[in-house]
Amino acid sequence: MASVTYEHVTKRFGNVVAVNDLNIHIEDKEFLVLVGPSGCGKTTSLRLIAGLEEITEGRILIGDRVVNDIPPKDRDIAMVFQSYALYPHMSVFDNMAFGLKLRKVPKAEIKRRVQEAAEILGIEELLDRKPRQLSGGQRQRVAVGRAIVREPKVFLFDEPLSNLDAKLRVQTRAEISKLHLRLQTTFIYVTHDQVEAMTMATRIAVMKDGILQQLDSPQSLYDYPANVFVAGFIGSPAMNFFNARLVRGDGGLVVDAGTFQVPVPASLLERYAAYEGKNVIFGIRPEDIHDPAFTPPDISAATVEANVEVLEPMGNEVILYLSSDSHSFGGRVDPRSQARPGSKMQVIFNMDNMHLFETDGDQKAIR
Amino acid sequence: MESLEVKKPGGLVQWLVTNLGRILVSLFIPAITFIVLWRTFIFMRDTSAPQWITAVVAIIWGVGGLAALFLLANWTIERLPVAWRVRMTPFVFVGPALAILAWYLFLPTLRTFYFSLFDKSGQFIGLENYVYAFTSQPMLESFRNNLIWLVVGTGLSVGFGLLIAILADRTHPRFETLIKALIFMPMAISMVGASVIWKFIYEFRPEGAVQIGLLNAIVVALGGKPQAWLILKPWNTLFLVAILIWLQTGYAMVIISAAIKGIQEELLEAARIDGANEVQVFFSIIIPTIRGTLVTVSTTIVIFTLKIFDIVLSMTGGNFGTQVIANEQYTQMFRAFNFGRGAAIAVVLLLAVVPVMWYNLRQFGRQTEAF
Repeated sequence: MASVTYEHVTKRFGNVVAVNDLNIHIEDKEFLVLVGPSGCGKTTSLRLIAGLEEITEGRILIGDRVVNDIPPKDRDIAMVFQSYALYPHMSVFDNMAFGLKLRKVPKAEIKRRVQEAAEILGIEELLDRKPRQLSGGQRQRVAVGRAIVREPKVFLFDEPLSNLDAKLRVQTRAEISKLHLRLQTTFIYVTHDQVEAMTMATRIAVMKDGILQQLDSPQSLYDYPANVFVAGFIGSPAMNFFNARLVRGDGGLVVDAGTFQVPVPASLLERYAAYEGKNVIFGIRPEDIHDPAFTPPDISAATVEANVEVLEPMGNEVILYLSSDSHSFGGRVDPRSQARPGSKMQVIFNMDNMHLFETDGDQKAIR
Repeated sequence: MESLEVKKPGGLVQWLVTNLGRILVSLFIPAITFIVLWRTFIFMRDTSAPQWITAVVAIIWGVGGLAALFLLANWTIERLPVAWRVRMTPFVFVGPALAILAWYLFLPTLRTFYFSLFDKSGQFIGLENYVYAFTSQPMLESFRNNLIWLVVGTGLSVGFGLLIAILADRTHPRFETLIKALIFMPMAISMVGASVIWKFIYEFRPEGAVQIGLLNAIVVALGGKPQAWLILKPWNTLFLVAILIWLQTGYAMVIISAAIKGIQEELLEAARIDGANEVQVFFSIIIPTIRGTLVTVSTTIVIFTLKIFDIVLSMTGGNFGTQVIANEQYTQMFRAFNFGRGAAIAVVLLLAVVPVMWYNLRQFGRQTEAF
């Protein structure tokens, strides 16, 4: 059990900067998820902790020990790989016992720990099998088991669910969360799937092009994205963005997106006052777009006329693909909605949950 | 719909007809080919057409004719009822190859065994040649030497091959290619060619004379006495084995290197995180993972050393205590003209190789399901 700290960590491969001045302090017992699109440096960041890559600049601390020059085997970490990396010539038992044997743990103790881990993961019957005789889900469990028996200070996960089918992925997600509660150890988890990040993490670090974009709890990340990238990455379907201008309207500010004008609610006037007359990016999540017939009460409603392009009924909701002029956007509305493809309809924006971003540079959220 | 599965022929008559048919189909193409090609050869030999026309006609006639023959056989088989067609079709294509293999490989083996039962004058002497093959002094010496070849030659070739492969894998890619090319190069040299090169290395001149042999030049330069390496018992066999190692290390290295490249990098990383140092990674992960390849390479070189002949013949002729089985066989057959003994030794050599070969194929089959 230990905290992990990145201090101004940079990793370069030749001229390519994979990780750029990364600063994160991960608390003991935290479940931190590194998330971002492929090539964003999240896996490299994880491999830096493991010691599988050398740090170009900066320091990494596990607990209060600088580990820059400590080989992987002495860092007291365990890692679950995307491909599971089970030793093909060893039985499941030997796979899990390998690390303990190398550490000269007494035989009886090895047996006890492997047995215990196997029980936690429900793989007691598989201990004599070879990896090739296992299904994908079972291999994944063995890989986790191999990490558990070591009782390391930090668990590292590198996209461990990406080789599982959708149903198993959801199930295993919950099991890893349970495991975290049970083991009370620091988990650092890399994924490109924002749903995995949202469901499991205590905090999420969103990365892009080697740079940390935002580090926050899942709910804060969803409610207060720091910039357009994070706003678009977290949440599914993604947030809608419109290029707009903040103008003075009757008694307040109005977001003028060209094809439609929507008023800024009174509670937000103060926050956006400084941007009057300026170009902004207006963001609104699909779940904040409603069918007029099923609009919840007590929201700052703004009506926008849109064409219905496509309709995706999901049972519990309907995903609408809408357009206003040439601009497409999506809505998640009540399943009883009478919207029909090809027709025009009024949709309601819940302006209480609107977002505005700067148009230049990092497209930061306006706070 | 009728199933295309091969039905077990019912009854003795049908069994006989089926297998007779299969044999006839297998022999049909080789027999016809042989007769037609022979007739054509006679005809073309006697023609007065320009040589290049003869050559072109021969190629077209030979290749085209054979293709036509296969087509004809296949066409004929396809006229048969479905049940028969399914039974016979494979033999149209595999049969001729098997028939020719039997003719060139299996029958000569039987004939060799038959010859081994006679003495020099053609007198039937039962298994007496085998008594010679297992008890005579030159053969005992050969067995000992072949064992040295097998153990030292195979061990060091595979050992060096493995060592170089693993080291090359961890050097800069540019050096890796260069190192591998250099180590692999001797593979391109024939055994006799290699022997000529090494004869120069082992060349001996009396003390005081200029040493043109590399090894003696070094020994003298370091203040030692020049040695006649090739007659230096009991070490001379090892000096010959060195040539084989020089030739075969490249082969072992290339195959093993390919196997090492095939190991998933994450597997090694997992072991390192699990607490293994590089030596432990090597013995606990790399070696077990490429075990199949190591066995295949080793058995291939084992067979090679059992049959070793060219190096011994061209370096020492099997004298000075360096005799090996294959060279003794050659000596008996073509120097002493004792065909019976030569044949008996050949059979002994075959029997020694067969188990290794069988193991090798089985191992190969485990990897590729080919057998």
